[in-house]
Amino acid sequence: MSTVDPVTPVLTKRWLSPRSWSIQTYEQLEGYTALRKALTATPEQIVQVVKDSGLRGRGGAGFPSGLKWSFMPPNEDKPHYLVINADEGEPGTCKDIPLMMADPHSLIEGCVIASYAMRSHHCFIYVRGEVLHCIRRLNAAVKEAKAAGYLGENILGSGYDLEITVHAGAGAYICGEETALLDSLEGRRGQPRLKPPFPAAAGLYAAPTTVNNVETIASVPYIINGGSDWFRRMGTEKSPGPKIYSISGHVERPGQYEAPLGTTLRQLLEMAGGMKDGIPLKFWTPGGSSTPMFTAEHLDVPLDFEGAAEAGSMLGTTAVQVFNETVSVPWAVMKWTQFYKHESCGKCTPCREGTYWLVQILERMVDGNGTEEDIDTLLDVCDNVLGRSFCALGDGAVSPIQSGIKYFRDEFLALCQKNREKNRKPAMAGAN
Amino acid sequence: MTVAPEKNELVVPEGHVKLVIDGIEVVAPKGELLIRTAERMGITIPRFCDHPLLDPAGACRQCLVEVEMGGRPMPKPQASCTITVADGMVVKTQVTSPVADKAQQGVMELLLINHPLDCPICDKGGECPLQNQALAHGRTDSRFVDRKRTFAKPIPISTQVLLDRERCVLCQRCTRFSAQIAGDPFIELLERGAQQQIGIAEEKPFQSYFSGNTIQICPVGALTSAAYRFRSRPFDLVSTPGVCEHCSSGCAERTDWRRGKVMRKLAANDPEVNEEWICDKGRFAFRYTGAADRVLRPMVRDKATGELKQASWTEALQVAAEALTKARGSAGVLTGGRLTLEDAYAYSKFARVALGTNDIDFRARPHSREEQEFLASTVVGTTPETGVTFTGIEAAPTVLCVAFEPEEEAPIVFLRLRKAARKGRTKVFHIGQWTSPAVEKTFGTLLATPPGGEAAAVDALSSHAPDVTEGLGKPGSVILVGERAAQVPGLFSALLRLSEQTGARIAWIPRRAGERGAVEVGALPTLLPGGRLVADAAARAEVEQAWGLEPGSLPDVPGRDTNGIIEAAANGELRALVVGGVDPYDLPDPQLALKALRTADFVLSLELRHSAVTEFADVVLPIAPSVEKAGTFLNWEGRRREFGTTLDGTGALPDCRVLDTLAVEMDADLFTQTPTAAAGDLARLGTTSTARAAAPTVESRQQSLPQSDGQALLATWRQLLDNGSLQEEEPHLAGTARRVVARLSEHTAEVLGVDKAETVRVSTDRGSVTVPFEYADLPDGVVWLPGNSGDVRVRRELGALHGSPVNVHPGGTE
Amino acid sequence: MTTSGPGQTYGGSSVTGGETYQAGHDDSTTAMDASVLSRAETTPLITEIREDLSVFDGIVDKARAIIARYPQSRSALLPMLHLVQSVQGYVSQAGIQFCARELELAPAEVSAVATFYTMYKRKPCGEHLVSVCTNTLCAALGGDEIYQTLREHLGEPGKPLGHEETAGTPGEPGSITIEHAECLAACDLGPVLQVNYEFYDNQTPEKAVELVDALRRGEKPAPTRGAPLTDFKDASLQLAGFFDRESDVEGPSQAAETLAGAQLAQDRGWTAPAMPANVAFPDLEKK
Repeated sequence: MSTVDPVTPVLTKRWLSPRSWSIQTYEQLEGYTALRKALTATPEQIVQVVKDSGLRGRGGAGFPSGLKWSFMPPNEDKPHYLVINADEGEPGTCKDIPLMMADPHSLIEGCVIASYAMRSHHCFIYVRGEVLHCIRRLNAAVKEAKAAGYLGENILGSGYDLEITVHAGAGAYICGEETALLDSLEGRRGQPRLKPPFPAAAGLYAAPTTVNNVETIASVPYIINGGSDWFRRMGTEKSPGPKIYSISGHVERPGQYEAPLGTTLRQLLEMAGGMKDGIPLKFWTPGGSSTPMFTAEHLDVPLDFEGAAEAGSMLGTTAVQVFNETVSVPWAVMKWTQFYKHESCGKCTPCREGTYWLVQILERMVDGNGTEEDIDTLLDVCDNVLGRSFCALGDGAVSPIQSGIKYFRDEFLALCQKNREKNRKPAMAGAN
Repeated sequence: MTVAPEKNELVVPEGHVKLVIDGIEVVAPKGELLIRTAERMGITIPRFCDHPLLDPAGACRQCLVEVEMGGRPMPKPQASCTITVADGMVVKTQVTSPVADKAQQGVMELLLINHPLDCPICDKGGECPLQNQALAHGRTDSRFVDRKRTFAKPIPISTQVLLDRERCVLCQRCTRFSAQIAGDPFIELLERGAQQQIGIAEEKPFQSYFSGNTIQICPVGALTSAAYRFRSRPFDLVSTPGVCEHCSSGCAERTDWRRGKVMRKLAANDPEVNEEWICDKGRFAFRYTGAADRVLRPMVRDKATGELKQASWTEALQVAAEALTKARGSAGVLTGGRLTLEDAYAYSKFARVALGTNDIDFRARPHSREEQEFLASTVVGTTPETGVTFTGIEAAPTVLCVAFEPEEEAPIVFLRLRKAARKGRTKVFHIGQWTSPAVEKTFGTLLATPPGGEAAAVDALSSHAPDVTEGLGKPGSVILVGERAAQVPGLFSALLRLSEQTGARIAWIPRRAGERGAVEVGALPTLLPGGRLVADAAARAEVEQAWGLEPGSLPDVPGRDTNGIIEAAANGELRALVVGGVDPYDLPDPQLALKALRTADFVLSLELRHSAVTEFADVVLPIAPSVEKAGTFLNWEGRRREFGTTLDGTGALPDCRVLDTLAVEMDADLFTQTPTAAAGDLARLGTTSTARAAAPTVESRQQSLPQSDGQALLATWRQLLDNGSLQEEEPHLAGTARRVVARLSEHTAEVLGVDKAETVRVSTDRGSVTVPFEYADLPDGVVWLPGNSGDVRVRRELGALHGSPVNVHPGGTE
Repeated sequence: MTTSGPGQTYGGSSVTGGETYQAGHDDSTTAMDASVLSRAETTPLITEIREDLSVFDGIVDKARAIIARYPQSRSALLPMLHLVQSVQGYVSQAGIQFCARELELAPAEVSAVATFYTMYKRKPCGEHLVSVCTNTLCAALGGDEIYQTLREHLGEPGKPLGHEETAGTPGEPGSITIEHAECLAACDLGPVLQVNYEFYDNQTPEKAVELVDALRRGEKPAPTRGAPLTDFKDASLQLAGFFDRESDVEGPSQAAETLAGAQLAQDRGWTAPAMPANVAFPDLEKK
């Protein structure tokens, strides 16, 4: 394979263009050519291309997208739905929202192609409510696309119909979990559903449904135009394609860097101008706070699904949060745990009660009132939450604690030491 | 070569799978939840959110077990309440898996970190699944040293249910029950995460007819009953199985009592009848037996003062026997609809043997000759084996409810209907006047008619609603008809034609617990026990023989029905009345009934409490309420619901015993000294092959709307919680009754000129009631009133029936 | 649950009626009479309060338009709660009853949803809602300090404003409600805050104080990313899906950080591999 440039703008290639969000700009830059092409193929052929491309879900779990699509029943006994998970809220993650603001039509085009491939005639884009401008842009894009005949009835004369509804969430991280998202979209509390049935069998309104991440679906038009072999020229064998890495925190030039999967933090730091003010790296997350943290030891871990997992973490959303030596690990872990406590939906005991307890221990420790036993208790409570909760939120919640203690136990111990010294009573005068 | 002995292989029947739980091979039906399979084997996996009659939730995570499929262990422990069995599955519960055991201990510890330590004052203490399972699967100490979550406690969510959020483990049994089973999603999860809690909408209390079930299935002390709170500890109570005396469903109950007093009632599990649910009336309405006006001693009216005064049994029975002997041949018997089979039988036999009359009727409500013919031809003798049943309703492709408001009149029938409809297998139609909550909650379709027009609507079904007749044509479909049908001429006849035409079976579901049994024992003017016809000599001969009577001694002329008896007594044709539990204000013409009581030379009242009847009675004989006697209710299915004495030794006597002694005084033998004796005597009658009554053939008629100004047709039926005398002394229960309102359409309100008013005044030449109103989808020209709620007592104040024309004016004006 | 036979107890000792300790008086009657509810407490439990919903008369058409967007009406609940906030600046009990009426739900079902999501406010909100991200990364970069500064700046001396508390009279011009928010998906631009869900990136305590002071003066400083500022109620209307000003979409969105990668690629001449021309679809028939 010939070498590929370190930054490979595919999804981000239009972002520098003026009014990149408008349909005019989009159409000038190959926009909706993939749709025209896709409509000449059968739905099965499109699913096959996506399978061949090796595209994996960009929302964190990395499930092969083509395979997911193929779970949709071939018949249309019930309406089929495509639901776009645009509830970006994983701490550190800020890739889908810039994408939808800068180039909403790439998502819309992806939605039409994917819906066509899955025989869906109604697609929902569930966007978290706090990003009003993004919702505004999507809404305008849907309107433009409809006016131009890319959406609505008889799209481009193909006989294929599709509606897209942009739906604003209302502030709940858990709605990024696909079944919680479906409940929320049905006007309920965003609490995860039992699986099975899986969404492909009984999802939205108990009808066959596929939930895909924004970046995943926005990748589809390029795969249709460039083909699976082209897509596979970027990234690795098992994790092909380009990926938007969001680099934030203590770096010189934080931002969005679209690079082939498998890029390392060392390479990303080079792109981002290195550590801010030269203060050394202490810890970082490869893909949001739910992915166990890494340290400077892990600078050369290839950031693809396999590489991150082999090194003891997960690729997640490629939300690379970089922290330098000024940041206390127990403090950061406490803050993240507060987040998970706030966002736990409350449905299951381990997550609801576990985060409630873990936060209190961590707050006590950070306040200098912890004990060494507290560290053991933390780890044991984590063990009682991990894999015991209803959905993955509980697993994510314990990631920072377990990885934080794994790499920085001394820092936790130091806090307890302070406590012990504080509580040491002076020996009584005259005592023997 | 030797043949190895055959291994004792488990046989896997069709539709079953084989799996291994804790090293033991087991066969289970496909789709069964793992937790149930384990339970059948005697392996109890701890759980909170799991309930066999609710959809799985998987919320509490207490039931985690290790599962291996196809030789590969699943990476995480699985909730055994949500995972179904599969062929080749290998399961390790806490018994054999340290991982499962640790997971369960971990969840238990997490459940307890925020649980208050108020077990010593908690109503649930001693029967608490959390307490019990914490003992079995929890740590002995707590590692939690931080701040517990606190809430104000308790908060009332209705007058009847109190919520302690600190004790709640958020298993969602209560919310799932209310949403899934009852269809009353008035109690919900609120807030999120660690603040998540159960609650109601701030301005909408938990007013569900089934709310008490949430208290019973709460696995902790989070939901408690206002009526029972702090009254006793479960281990101080004696539990006796019982049968609910309120409606015709005959729910299995458990009565908990101590020191001669009932403390609470709970639903017992009877999958054939009430599953594990009862309505709030059945659960909470039991204090009427302790009312201050309870009749405890026989009373005889003092000739001099005209007042009732206490008397000895001997004196009272002598006075009564003397008077009734004198009136023999000119006495009528009104039994009311709340008697046990044994007691009703005693009345039936007393009328024939001691009084020599067929003037007996159990119907203390509007009734008709057509109804009588329907009961005699179609209802009597049906049993669960031959007739419609609860499970039959659940399996029915189509159910048509006619003149029957299931949630108000037979709440457990309503729950079955909803269960059936919710599964999507049963389509429910209602012929009524408006889309009542029951229509909505059974996912039903309303076929609206003016009150009194139901019969014509039934006749018109095949032309106007062919989907209904088509649906009823599917095997197993049923028609449910209620007591209101007796107020609609031609309705029973039309239903019989419909049944004939479609093959759908008819079930008669009366409101009161004793009505079905009273039909069976012949507490009707045309029927002897077992459906034998009074007019049939062969039938009479059978009874005479069984009763040891001279041939030809039974009266051979069909008697008067309730209306006939009242009329005859009022105009002096009948000299004496024997009255069981009858409220004159339930009768079609209360004024005439009072006149009858006043006019009759002699009135004997067998009563629990002082009433409008005892006011006129010459002799009052106290009888026992159902908790103080044994007996049998025949429920609407014709199913025998036997129960024993709960409170023994109170001295209260069942009606059958009182009548037996009275008959002895009159030189007649009933052989009903005890309920057992009465049941034996009834059983000796056996079955009969004598002629059955002919079905009624009454023409249906179109109901015409009143033409004059300010008039409307009255639609009315009773609500479950209302002024009924068995619900007295229950303020907490009364607080959950439905709002007392009239209902009419917006158009009708405009036409009647009441649309700007806040209340309507509904009147007849008898009287008027003024009541707030709501709009509903009633046919134009129709106004609906609850039968006996609050100040709206239709029969008492208006003397009106379902289908009567009434005047409607804005409230407060003439 | 199973019942035990007559005369047996459930779950405890085998005391029968006859042998039990008999109190001199019947204490259970006392307990029975001592209702735990006073009359004052009982009244609201019997009477269902029906709010005057006429305040929402003006949005009935909009509510129906939202319902029409979905195959099933209940899906309209989240946007409808945003819509209700556009009228009153929060979700009141009347708002809950309005949604319940329009969607044929029980009020409890609406409450269940309204209390789950953080964007639905239970108290009247100020003209502006200021949300400061205090999640770990923003906090480490100064978000905690910004939030503390604003609390003190907007609060009374010695009594800093709390989460979801308002400086000024809610709804009046210049009133400001503050809250600490979880990750707002702008980590490359942290620390961030939002006013009525428009982004103000790369904040400092000083800039934030300047911003809220301007808001209190009735000014509407432009967001770094987003449309010209209006107020919380108007933002709620937009979240319900009603976008009346077409020009809003032109509001800036591409910060330097957003474009960092694309810019770097352009500067260095880096590109993705070129796409081959006319790639054919796989021929499935042959398989």
